[in-house]
Amino acid sequence: MRKVIIIGSGPAGFTSAIYAARANLEPLLIASSVEVGGELMNTTDVENYPGFPDGIQGPELMAKFQAQAEKFGTEVVYDDVTSLSLDGPVKSVTLGSGAVHEAQAVIYATGSAYRKLGIEGEERLSGYGVSWCATCDGFFFREKTIAVVGGGDSAMEEATFLTRFASKVYVIHRKDTLRASKIMQERAFANEKIEFIWHSEVAEITGGDAVNGVILRSTTDGTSRELALDGVFVAIGNDPRTHLVHDKLALTAEGTIQVDGRSSRTSVPGVFAAGDVIDPTYRQAITAAGSGTVAALDAEHYLADFDDASVEVPAAEAAAVIA
Amino acid sequence: MSAKVTSQATFEQDVLQADGPVLVDFWAEWCGPCRMVAPVLDQIQAENPDKITIVKLNVDENPELAMKYQITSIPAMKVFQGGEVKTTIIGAKPKPALEQDLAAFIG
Repeated sequence: MRKVIIIGSGPAGFTSAIYAARANLEPLLIASSVEVGGELMNTTDVENYPGFPDGIQGPELMAKFQAQAEKFGTEVVYDDVTSLSLDGPVKSVTLGSGAVHEAQAVIYATGSAYRKLGIEGEERLSGYGVSWCATCDGFFFREKTIAVVGGGDSAMEEATFLTRFASKVYVIHRKDTLRASKIMQERAFANEKIEFIWHSEVAEITGGDAVNGVILRSTTDGTSRELALDGVFVAIGNDPRTHLVHDKLALTAEGTIQVDGRSSRTSVPGVFAAGDVIDPTYRQAITAAGSGTVAALDAEHYLADFDDASVEVPAAEAAAVIA
Repeated sequence: MSAKVTSQATFEQDVLQADGPVLVDFWAEWCGPCRMVAPVLDQIQAENPDKITIVKLNVDENPELAMKYQITSIPAMKVFQGGEVKTTIIGAKPKPALEQDLAAFIG
């Protein structure tokens, strides 16, 4: 049995692995099969991660996180968790390969997934002009007219990035103010290829084999109009990935995993959560990394108590307590 | 066993004229999910050497083919048989999901 298993391979997961490994907890980190590194793998320049004054590429930053975690003895497994058993003193984690790993503590850091618009045409045209990854797909929209839906940092970043390829980038937003940081807003406002469409939401994405436009609906008077487009990039935020634990751990009204105060302690003893999966507000690489640190320290503390308990309580009584 | 590399010059021979099914992995260096799915495709190739041939096509170096097959999102995996596209898979997926999508060829 392991001391601790970490689920997730973004900034929170790898930072908790660095701390846990340095505390000799010999962590096993389940990194997923095709999403290793998490959300930063789909970004280009990261300019706000301290320590990199000239910026760093998202994938390169995550490679460094991983190298640092592995240097201190983290074992990384490239597989997906299919089910979890979290109650009691021994937690078990089942992987896609069928392998089952057991540990005294689990750190849950699965991050968040792109939020969908949930409208007609979105699923059907996904990969045929509807995209969630500007860095992957922007290349295919050279000299095309496209739209980014959303008003946060990631929407501004995508819109600005996409002007490298597209001839015209509309930003469609429900309000007339942006959630995005000032610097990202100003960069987008200054870009001549970007045009803002305020007070509007996308009611439908249209097209046969590929996107040919959207139907816009005004959020002020409800009127609709069509807008011809070659592509739609959706950047309306993320939802915490809790599908494996929603019936096992208490969640908040926002859908994140509930933790005790400023700690990472979930509603189940020995299970800690970190990163975007507990954070409905800040969702930065650096806050996720900080949260990963908290989880590793909380897990270390829990395991120390666990060891003390097993030393002090005679075997027969310990068995009774566990039963 | 790693997937073989194809290009505009060899596409006809590697893919369109091939006897059995050929999966073409449309990818690029700058695409994170493409790099993630590459080793999974290598595994599928290694486990099914006689059933399917997997080849990689760099869209940066071969934009004409990316345009011809209307690629707008990568990774895009298209299975060709008899010169025609039989199946299209878009986006990086875990191995069991890819195996399910490819069941008609490797099942």
